[in-house]
Amino acid sequence: MSENGKPVRQAQDKPKLAMYWGAGCGGCEIAVLNIAEKILIVDEVFDIAFFPCIADFKVKDVEGYPDGYIDLCLFDGAIRNSENEEMAQLLRRKSKVLVAFGSCAYEGCIPGLSNLTSKEATLRTVYLDNPTIDNPDGILPQPFYDVPEGTLEIPVFYNTVKSLDQVVDVDYYLPGCPPEPHQIWAVLQVVVAALTQGAALPPSGSIIGAGEVAVCQECSLKKDEKVIERFYRPYEIIPDPTVCLLEQGLMCLGPATRSGCGALCPQVGMGCRGCYGPLAGVEDQGAKMLTAVASVLDVGKPGDDEAELERQLDAAIETIVDPAGTFYRFSMSHSLLRRAKVNGN
Amino acid sequence: MTTKRITIDPITRLEGHGKIEIFLDEAGEVENAYFQIPELRGFEQFCVGRPAEEMPRITNRICGVCPEAHHMAATKALDALYGVEPSSAAKKVREMFYSAFYVTDHTVHFYALGAPDFVLGPTAPAAERNILGVIHKVGTEIGLQVINCRKRNHHVIQMLGGRGVHPVAGMPGGWSQAVTEEMRQEIEGYARENVEFALFSLQLFADVVLANQEYVDLILSDAFTHRTYYMGTVDENNCVNFYDGLIRVVDPDGREFIKYPAQDYAQHIAERVEPWTYLKFPYLKEVGWKGFVDGKDSGVYCTTPLSRLNAADGMATPQAQAAFEKFYETLGSEKVNGRYQPIHHRLATHWARLVELLYAAERMLELVQDPEITDPNVRVTVNTTPTEGIGSVEAPRGTLTHHYQTDENGILTKVNLIVGTTNNYAPIAMSVKKAAQGLIHNGTVITEGLLNTIEMAFRNYDPCMSCATHSLPGQMPLEVVIRDAAGNEVERLRQFV
Repeated sequence: MSENGKPVRQAQDKPKLAMYWGAGCGGCEIAVLNIAEKILIVDEVFDIAFFPCIADFKVKDVEGYPDGYIDLCLFDGAIRNSENEEMAQLLRRKSKVLVAFGSCAYEGCIPGLSNLTSKEATLRTVYLDNPTIDNPDGILPQPFYDVPEGTLEIPVFYNTVKSLDQVVDVDYYLPGCPPEPHQIWAVLQVVVAALTQGAALPPSGSIIGAGEVAVCQECSLKKDEKVIERFYRPYEIIPDPTVCLLEQGLMCLGPATRSGCGALCPQVGMGCRGCYGPLAGVEDQGAKMLTAVASVLDVGKPGDDEAELERQLDAAIETIVDPAGTFYRFSMSHSLLRRAKVNGN
Repeated sequence: MTTKRITIDPITRLEGHGKIEIFLDEAGEVENAYFQIPELRGFEQFCVGRPAEEMPRITNRICGVCPEAHHMAATKALDALYGVEPSSAAKKVREMFYSAFYVTDHTVHFYALGAPDFVLGPTAPAAERNILGVIHKVGTEIGLQVINCRKRNHHVIQMLGGRGVHPVAGMPGGWSQAVTEEMRQEIEGYARENVEFALFSLQLFADVVLANQEYVDLILSDAFTHRTYYMGTVDENNCVNFYDGLIRVVDPDGREFIKYPAQDYAQHIAERVEPWTYLKFPYLKEVGWKGFVDGKDSGVYCTTPLSRLNAADGMATPQAQAAFEKFYETLGSEKVNGRYQPIHHRLATHWARLVELLYAAERMLELVQDPEITDPNVRVTVNTTPTEGIGSVEAPRGTLTHHYQTDENGILTKVNLIVGTTNNYAPIAMSVKKAAQGLIHNGTVITEGLLNTIEMAFRNYDPCMSCATHSLPGQMPLEVVIRDAAGNEVERLRQFV
């Protein structure tokens, strides 16, 4: 018995849950906590086997588990250094079901924008060039460094930010930056039913905890199939809060993005940036968005010659600032592009 | 010569990654301890080329625990970049949103990350030393109070900012949507509950921690004490402010050292690079970097709830002011020239965090009752030409500064970020080493509980390594240092790009 008189939980009887972060921000962990009081049900159903954000287990504990010991492992964060990859391999081995949890693990997310630049430029900016840097000797962090007491080691960073499935086999993908709590809870219920009642799990490789249509189809803003002549920056106009933002000339990735979030951003007057990833059956979210942009842009008037039309179209396209960083805001690592060629990398 | 090495990896219950290496000498005493940050991300570089107005939505991904802080610092940097002053209503909506964030963030830290050490004790079994263990110990009812506090404030964050995590509403010169009377009424109810919850949490701290002499002795022990400079943002009355004000630094004796607007930050702060960690060490330029040492001659400064209280003269709301006075009186601080002397005991940071929790709750209630809060005039159009902008807020883990330069089209050409936890890197490293030296001696058995006590040395800072590791370099080459018997460097071989 524990001190407050409740029976001590039978650790060996419950399914084992792990949650680990690669190169992520911790927002996925916060999103799990945001299932609120249902976290107590998770505590009832599972035993936590590894969850560095909130529980004191160390890597050596995981190494000591038999293979397949963890029933469900939620892996968030991208793969960008040797430690992330080693942990992904360790947790793959120790887990029956491995979920790429959130946009980073699924498709690289914001950190994947690093694939648009080079390691040299990053090192220069971070350690040598910034306005507050005091580094006259040009010191850079080193994977192995001898201090008087011994050698200190830090992980080796990769050139390219990778998604989880680019380093290990992944059973399921749960999109979103971060996934919305109601979707997390829906997925946990499916897994719990499978583990405790023998219900069927979705087919391996499925995208879970998301819809099958575009964000536009769950967005309440009014669409009139209106076309536009140019795009505006978000601060250049005050949009009608009841009308489709794209049809008012504000960039919105709703047409190219999988539903599941409830179209949250457009409801507060800000365009979607695509964090739920590409539509079902679409490999490249950015290419799909280009198509959507083409269908909403309409320039010229009857009688304009071809050269004039081309000039006007170019001018309209010019009003889309930073297309690569916008159309691939979340999906760079997993896109056909994967990374830009910079300095021969 | 070193005979033994102890590694704690990963450090748990902090947001992100971290590793501590402790080296013992032949006598079994601590020779040195290193707190290494094994991860970096590339925000300062990969944001270059992005449109500046996207920064509130990009930099919040630096940290999912405090995305609201990056969102707000970025939004304020955009105000400066475009030279546009938000309306009074827009500022109040932002600050109300920010207060709700502070309530939930300080609650998470205290109950999920800090409380296990006190409620369960630093030597409790690892499997119980977490938030669920706390709930098992103190009862589901209190656990539900904590859960409900988070739930209602994340709901407010979503209502005002668009999303519960990674909000989107911040714009140059304002906020993307106004507060309706219906929203206002709902938020007012939550704000009242927050004040009650903060008072309850302070009482819980008094009952569980202050009533236990063993814990009080631990808080006051030399192993967890450092005399450094302290930084925090203050209002026109030198009271703590999270959203806006001047940045004030006090010396270890509590005297004002500097007070400056955020745009002057580079005149006062510099960052040092060490080869054994990916994180930089900021320090006070006017004092200079003297290594990992305490005192007035060392430029090391600290930016935590304790630091903000030490840097301010008081709190701007009545109940928080009373809690502030009780904090200093109980810990034996005396007033000099009308100011309490700084408290240097790092474990008192947990208590200071609860004083701030009460302030955030009271401030949220003040704002939601302000007649201007439902003024629809919060979003503006901007047509100025941008060049450079600097914005700062108090993140829960310290002063957070965003600095942008752009071309005339508002495309970023340079980004510098000094984030909350990074400010505290040197003091955390010092605290870890001192705690190790105080607790590990010849013949001492290294039990897991002892190592957790060392982790407590950094956990009070609530370090958020997601925040701190906002840069991602590529693969890095090896460096070899050759030393003679006395430890002097004789040759350094470096293979770099």
